[in-house]
Amino acid sequence: MSGLQVFAFAVLVLVVTVSLGAALWAPAPYEKQFREAPNAPPSARFPLGTDELGRDRLSRLLFGSRLSLLLAPAAALLSTGIAVCLGLAAAHFGGWIERAVLEASDLFSSVPWLFLLLAVRAMLPLNVPPITSVGITFALLGLLGWASGVRVVRAAVVNAAGSDFVLQARACGCAPRRILFVHLAAAILPVLTAQYWLAVPQFLLAEANLGILGLGVTEPLPSWGNMLADLQNVPAILEAPWRLAPALLLLLVLGCFQLVLSKKEVQP
Amino acid sequence: MKLTGSCLALVVLFSSFAADESQLQPAANSQLRAVLRSDPKTLDPLLVEEESGDLIRYLTHGFLLRVNRRTQQPEPDAAASWKISPDGKRLLFRLRPGLRFSDGAPVTPADVVATFRRMMDPATKSPLAGAFDSGQGNLIVRAEGSTAVVLELPAPVAGVERLFDQVPVMPAGQLTGSVGLGAFVVASRQAGSQITLARNPYYWKRDPSGAPLPYLASIRFDIHSNRDVESLRLRRGEIHLVSSVDSETFDQLKSNQQVRTIDIGPSYDSEMLWFNQVSKAPGPEYKKQWFRSRAFRKAISHAINRADIARLVYRGLAEPASGPYPAANKLWFNSKVQPDAYSPESAARLLASDGFSRKDGSLVDRAGNRVEFSVVTNSGNKSRARIASLIQQDLAALGIRVSIVPLDFPSLIERITRTSAYEACLLGLVNVDPDPNGQMNVWLSSGANHQWNPRQASPETPWEAELDRLMRAQSSAASYKRRKAAFDRVQEIVSEQAPFIYLVSKHALAAASPRLAGLEPSPLTPALLWNADRLRLLPEQARP
Repeated sequence: MSGLQVFAFAVLVLVVTVSLGAALWAPAPYEKQFREAPNAPPSARFPLGTDELGRDRLSRLLFGSRLSLLLAPAAALLSTGIAVCLGLAAAHFGGWIERAVLEASDLFSSVPWLFLLLAVRAMLPLNVPPITSVGITFALLGLLGWASGVRVVRAAVVNAAGSDFVLQARACGCAPRRILFVHLAAAILPVLTAQYWLAVPQFLLAEANLGILGLGVTEPLPSWGNMLADLQNVPAILEAPWRLAPALLLLLVLGCFQLVLSKKEVQP
Repeated sequence: MKLTGSCLALVVLFSSFAADESQLQPAANSQLRAVLRSDPKTLDPLLVEEESGDLIRYLTHGFLLRVNRRTQQPEPDAAASWKISPDGKRLLFRLRPGLRFSDGAPVTPADVVATFRRMMDPATKSPLAGAFDSGQGNLIVRAEGSTAVVLELPAPVAGVERLFDQVPVMPAGQLTGSVGLGAFVVASRQAGSQITLARNPYYWKRDPSGAPLPYLASIRFDIHSNRDVESLRLRRGEIHLVSSVDSETFDQLKSNQQVRTIDIGPSYDSEMLWFNQVSKAPGPEYKKQWFRSRAFRKAISHAINRADIARLVYRGLAEPASGPYPAANKLWFNSKVQPDAYSPESAARLLASDGFSRKDGSLVDRAGNRVEFSVVTNSGNKSRARIASLIQQDLAALGIRVSIVPLDFPSLIERITRTSAYEACLLGLVNVDPDPNGQMNVWLSSGANHQWNPRQASPETPWEAELDRLMRAQSSAASYKRRKAAFDRVQEIVSEQAPFIYLVSKHALAAASPRLAGLEPSPLTPALLWNADRLRLLPEQARP
């Protein structure tokens, strides 16, 4: 790891740590409406000001970061897990299973995921607590986001399957299941890790996109997505530039992710 | 010296008047630029259904009568005069002499007859036909002589004059085209991009000095839906008016010297919350019992702080609402009906009287069921999302847990109109017609827009039966006084029963370039362009 990567990693750790301890640092409950102080500028009482309903922006940013930074990796884990299962199955069994998985991957890649997400979300039960709702949103993101990963996993497994160590394992009489889940899985672990960390920022952005459309995390829970929706009004940002805080934090986190993952650019 | 001084003063005064007068002359070949938020689906004026098409129809066509948006009263347009028989079934219109269509052809009674026949033809599927269809027989239209038209209705229709405000008079030979009697004609159209209207050289109206109208040479509408971009273009001077802006943008525009902001006052649109009272709706029976309870609904109404909604969501540019019409509807507003006062104590008392109680900080019903429900609303509407958050916190103070569920609009409409799979809904209602007849579909228990329990075979509650009776009475009464009395009672019942919990009447807000003269903003659509024939665009340096 280069110095820059270490720095980026440290920033990520700091952001995650601070957001996980949101309840400790937040000046106010994230949903509390100080109705006498809407749109307040930054002050000692409200370090990042308040929103239109008088809610403390810093508290919402801290709690929103916690939510986004916990659930985006969880959704990435889900989508990577699905990609691994399907990619392994496609590479190992071949034939119609491989064709079916690749066709399904093509189908999911070509379907506009946003509309699919809207359609699926519209069919979900309405009367669920906000935290369950946000869990469902990220679960849907995870369930719908496996398509690109499955091809990467399949290609890695196909490559590894022709290697000497797999040949050796077969010659030693290893069962196919053991070859699949022990030898091949270990061989593609670096690919999976990269795939996973690439998916995390994608899901952060996906939630932000949904939030901008008003379809992400439901009120009163904050998330980066529904706070970013605040930025659609450009003149309002010029009047109150502290509204940019969630966007800047998102940029910082995504930038740090890219730095940590980007080997070619940071390593001489 | 005195005399000289006075003469000098007079000369200066006259010079300044002369300068002002010359500056107030419209710019030559002036083109007004504005935005349409969607591409009109059709330019056939008998088939128009949406707002953008309605505006183009308004500007390019003439009508027998028009509703003056300032006085809210019908006044002569293509018809110089009209007369209604005492039984309300026969209407005689005398056409204005010398009228010509925009292609120069003279207007005859045969044109009016052909227009009405096409409109009432079921094959046309004109959305305008329903208003004239009483279900008791056919509308008969015939020419009487060379200057008059007679319409015979099978049954009297209250406020029938207002219906003619949307029915264009078209040439008998071109019933689907854009040739009309309006101040402008469609000069060019690029689908999805732009529509340009040009001055109609045969337009019949003249200003008090006898000069032909309209003053404007043309109007160019660019088509795009983004409201933020629209207000940005107004700031840059690329367009001259925005007919509807939200309160946040309105506040921002106020500080801009290049823009004149216009608070038209309470609009006719309503923001409201209602509970699903459909007996066959999916969901637990105990919740349906809450929603059917008047005490529960009134308690929710008292628990909502409307003043906070007006202040925080609309920046003070809204008023707490009491019913379907704001005070701006001078003819039909019932001033005796007041908004439910914000009173958590009254709400708690009402709930207690209905068997609700507090347990571990939550409200529970008689059977111990925790009171929680979801509120669906359309996604992407910032104001509505904020209203929902305020309601959520207001009701949390009573121990009620509210889940807010933003849905994309088609999904929302599917739930509230077809499947009834929802518990409560937060939505707005746009009133395009200030007359109660325009709300028949809302208040009749058989109506499709009787949202809390639509399309009932027969009224399920005594108060809904009373609403049916009153609405039918007002729609067939000949006198305004009797109609008003009936609709006043409708508003009182709605306030007492709270099937719709009206929240606020937001102000109609608009903005325009200071160069645009002659504006007479109205809460009725088209808010700024209803008198487009008298609008003038002043030269760059001159502003009134």
